[in-house]
Order: sequence, then structure tokens, then C-alpha cells
Amino acid sequence: MHELAVTQNILNICQRHATQENASQVTDVYLVIGDLSSIIDDSVQFYWDFITKDTICEHSLLHFERIAAKAKCLSCENEFALKQLMPCPQCHSARFKIITGEEFYVDSIKINKNGENHVQ
Amino acid sequence: MCNSASHTHDHDHDHDHSHVSVVENIMNQNDLLARHNQKLLDASGIFAINIMASPGAGKTSVILKIIEELSDRYKIAVIEGDTAPVTIDADKIVAAGVPATQINTGGNCHLDAHMMMHGLDALDLKGVDLLIVENVGNLVCPAGVALGTHANVVIASIPEGDDKPYKYPNIYRGIDVILMNKIDLLPYVDFDMDYFVTGLEMLNPGLTSFPVSAKTSEGIDGFAGWLEARILEKRAA
Ligand SMILES: Nc1nc2c(ncn2[C@@H]2O[C@H](COP(=O)(O)OP(=O)(O)OP(=O)(O)O)[C@@H](O)[C@H]2O)c(=O)[nH]1
Ligand SMILES: [Mg+2]
Ligand SMILES: [Zn+2]
Repeated sequence: MHELAVTQNILNICQRHATQENASQVTDVYLVIGDLSSIIDDSVQFYWDFITKDTICEHSLLHFERIAAKAKCLSCENEFALKQLMPCPQCHSARFKIITGEEFYVDSIKINKNGENHVQ
Repeated sequence: MCNSASHTHDHDHDHDHSHVSVVENIMNQNDLLARHNQKLLDASGIFAINIMASPGAGKTSVILKIIEELSDRYKIAVIEGDTAPVTIDADKIVAAGVPATQINTGGNCHLDAHMMMHGLDALDLKGVDLLIVENVGNLVCPAGVALGTHANVVIASIPEGDDKPYKYPNIYRGIDVILMNKIDLLPYVDFDMDYFVTGLEMLNPGLTSFPVSAKTSEGIDGFAGWLEARILEKRAA
């Protein structure tokens, strides 16, 4: 998938929030990503180390919280894991709604406000 | 530049560490821009679609057929997304008498709202009724990247196989129309339409679909009629 573009978005979000908080450095970034997104953590990490050079996020750690995909059957209300596209295992209805697995956001960042740590 | 590892913690003074809540969708900036694009389209009374499909599914061929069907009554414009600076598709559209602009994504695997904004800038939108965006040929990446168009259309083509909804589920969710193109090839390919539609139904129940052939024109009138209805709705709005 397009991990570089996604990683750039993550950096923009972190930079904007860090600036709002008068941070000198971002040390940790917590991401929440549903399994339905086709993002590969390792590629995001790879691009992250590369594109954060000389930014407020340099040397920061990325933390991935992965959310499993789950569906709820619209006929029998059974909740089931959606590892692959399949009908409800209980009543075989093909009508379900996805309840988790679509998450795709920056949850929080850890920052330092000490003005001496920052990278110019 | 300060990058000595020892630097960070060899001071005595207080570091002010804090954990800041962000909770911002990674696509947020794109979605904001997409909304901006849509406002611009709405202000000009233009109905816009985003066509997504794998390479060679027949995006350009279908667009040319739509031009044949509708361009005598409606003004059409086209944005062509390509990963390389080749204008093959855009040239075909222009040759059909319709203004087209090409966006070279510079190797990027999908269009985004920012590129779309530049595409809109490059076109003369005056009097345009229908804007067609041909996204980069790709069945994974364009999914979930809003451009600001009013409808997302996927073109599946028969030779690609009937298992695509199971293998590339994301692209079929959140779309408004699907075309099954190249139905003229059904006699030559093992394509189980029921299996295909069953997968589709799980991902996007009740999705509007048109089996078409951009070669024989079969079924194209159905999709053209759907577009025409949307164009007229937009005019009435
Ligand atoms: N038999 C048959 N061939 C088709 C049909 N539609 C398109 N083709 C052929 O499929 C090939 C690809 O068509 P294009 O319209 O260029 O496909 P595309 O999706 O725009 O391709 P890219 O822009 O390269 O991703 C061409 O050789 C077309 O002539 C169809 O309905 N039937
Ligand atoms: Mg094309
Ligand atoms: Zn059920």
C-alpha cells in the first residue's frame, strides 16, 4: 500500500500537535490501526525513521495498537471475527456490519517541553 | 544539530514530559481538502465521479463510451491520474472532443485530494455538468482516499477473476456503483458471477451494478442513464 504517504500524514499530525503544545521534541507516537487497513507496520516504521530526520519527531518511537476486525450479523446479532470475507458462522447470513477493524488514527504523543533537547 | 545519545538525560534540570491526546484520523487533512473540492464542484453545479479499477480493467474505454453517450447533451471534463508522465489516456479523451487534464502522481499509487485540487485548477469548469476522474490503475490504494467527488465507481473486469471482492475487499466498500466490464469475454473465461456478487453483497449490500462491455457497448446505456439522473439532480439542486 501507500505507506510513505500515510507516514507523511502521521508526521504532519504529530508536528502540528507538538507545535500547539510548544513541544521541543516528540518522543513517542501512539497509533491505533484496524486490521482492515492494508498498512504494514514495518514499512511505516521504515519510512518514519527516514522522514523524521531533522524534525521535532526525530528518534521518536512509533507504537502500534492493532485492532482486530469484527463484524456483527444483522440477522442473529452474532459477533464474529472477520479474518476473511465470509457469511455469519452462526446463521450464514451475508448481511453484517463491521464493528471494529477500521480504526486509523494517531491516538496520542509523548513530548518534551525542555527547549534544550530539540534538533535544529 | 544535536544528536548525541547521551545528551537527553545527562542534565539535572527538570524535563517537562507530557502525554498529549491527539485522536486525529490519519486521513484527516485529505478529507478536509476533499470537502473543499466538493464545495467547489457543488458551487459550479458539477456532478463528479471517481473511477477506480486495476490496470487495464477498462477505465479509459468506459469513459470514452460515456462520452459517446452523453457529450451531445452534457458538458463533460476528465481528470486523468497516471503514475508516469505519459498522456496516452488524456490524449484519447481530448481526441474525443472532451477537455482533459492529466495528473502525474510521480509514482504514487493513487490520487489524493491535494492532486485533485490541482486537477480542478487546471480545468475550465465553466458550464461543465459531469467531471470524470480516472484514478491510477490500482485495486488497493485508492480505497478510502477521498477526492471530493460525489460518487465512487469501481470497474471490475471479467478476466481479472471472480474472487476479487474476497481478495481486495476494501475497494468495494464505500463505493456507489460497480461496473462489471468486458462481459463480451464471459464465454471465454471461468467467471462465476454468483460468487462475485455474493462477495460484493457482503461488502456493500444493495450496491448499484451494471454489467457492461466497453467493446460492444452492451449495458453502457444503463450506466449513462444513472449518470444522467445524477446530473439532472445536481442541476435541480
Ligand atoms: N474485450 C474487451 N476488451 C476491453 C473492454 N474494455 C476495455 N477493453 C480492452 O482492455 C484494454 C485496457 O483498456 P483501458 O480502457 O485502457 O483500461 P484502463 O483501466 O484505462 O487501463 P489503465 O489506465 O492502464 O489502468 C484495452 O486493450 C481495451 O481495448 C471490453 O469491454 N471488452
Ligand atoms: Mg486508462
Ligand atoms: Zn447471523
